[in-house]
Amino acid sequence: MATPVLDKVEKESAASPYITVTFRVRRFNPEVSDAVVWEDFQVEIDPKERVLDGLHKIKWDLDGTLTFRRSCAHGICGSDAMRINGKNRLACKTLIKDLNPEKPITIEPIKGLTVLKDLVVDMEPFFQAYRDVMPFLITKGNEPTRERKQSPEDRERFDDTTKCILCAACTSSCPVFWNDGQYFGPAAIVNAHRFIFDSRDEGGEQRLEILNDKDGVWRCRTTFNCTDACPRGIEITKAIQEVKRALITRRF
Amino acid sequence: MSADTTSAIGPVEGASFDVDNPAPYIEAPRKRTGRTPRATRGNFEMAAWLFMRLSGVVLVVLVLGHLLIQLFLDGGVSKIGFAFVAGRWASPFWQVWDLLMLWLAMLHGCNGLRTVINDYAERANTRLWLKGLLYTATVFTILLGTLVIFTFDPNIR
Ligand code: SF4
Ligand code: FES
Repeated sequence: MATPVLDKVEKESAASPYITVTFRVRRFNPEVSDAVVWEDFQVEIDPKERVLDGLHKIKWDLDGTLTFRRSCAHGICGSDAMRINGKNRLACKTLIKDLNPEKPITIEPIKGLTVLKDLVVDMEPFFQAYRDVMPFLITKGNEPTRERKQSPEDRERFDDTTKCILCAACTSSCPVFWNDGQYFGPAAIVNAHRFIFDSRDEGGEQRLEILNDKDGVWRCRTTFNCTDACPRGIEITKAIQEVKRALITRRF
Repeated sequence: MSADTTSAIGPVEGASFDVDNPAPYIEAPRKRTGRTPRATRGNFEMAAWLFMRLSGVVLVVLVLGHLLIQLFLDGGVSKIGFAFVAGRWASPFWQVWDLLMLWLAMLHGCNGLRTVINDYAERANTRLWLKGLLYTATVFTILLGTLVIFTFDPNIR
């Protein structure tokens, strides 16, 4: 059965899947200029490939100075969130064919954080907010000799918020965060939610008190930008509302 | 992160940046640092949030009822005059209605504007002044309105 296979290979190579796509990248290099410029790159690419592959082609073949973060390239590490065609997404999870490749694809750094170079931003304020909600298990008393058991229903309670990969797509799509960097931001609240509703955790009261603060959950305007942006499909606005509800119902 | 693509420093000042002399970053005026969470005690933000929801529901009834009576029923706008107002305020029911509407609407609007100022005014000083102005205007309007409702004299000349 060798012949049909050969035929197939020939047919595929005849119709090349490659198309030319324009990548319009917002570039900033403090060592060259204090101005931001949009630069266009023409890339030969298979529409079934991802935006990250296009960025790789640019960095490897066209312009080695293009700077961006990426690590796993499979939507797990959360390092390559960027604004692609005006929406926050992971470059490694966005296929070219889903983006209308006839028009230039715009790529910008995520908003609301200091741009260090090209697509790399300073994530420190984001991670500071994350640290401030104490994203670790807090318990009292002696440590059990066995694992801490939990029923499937109790696990289900916070399942959605365990999926966060800390990419900052949500926080940097939030207009309250843009205007006022003091707000905890959706990602920190999502990660607080993950522990507040964990039956094994005993620090919920402390975390709720932190989020009850003036830059906490009450600044949420239910814009739903975060839910739209999340590459993991977490229902972020719902999680924030659940924290609000817990704050109101726990005392009354 | 401004959309401005022209150099902020003109050629006269010698805008040449290199490895040893990099351009300044455009940092956010207010950003979260290790010192940010100065925990404020109390539940004020929660109370304000709840008040907005509850007063909103009550205001829908009060304001729509008010508009209906003032503008549509029984001759519409043309009937409004000193006598009409005097007639309504003769009854304690309408006094309470108007008083409640005044207080809730003013506090609701004031809190809404406070949120807007908190969100948009970047410098601490601007925030202070805008909020000072807002609170003064609110207190003044509430006090004046309350005074009028309670001391209204239908026989005034
Ligand atoms: S909640 Fe979603 S968008 Fe936000 S940091 Fe986590 S994975 Fe990213
Ligand atoms: S590179 Fe790891 S999430 Fe995209």
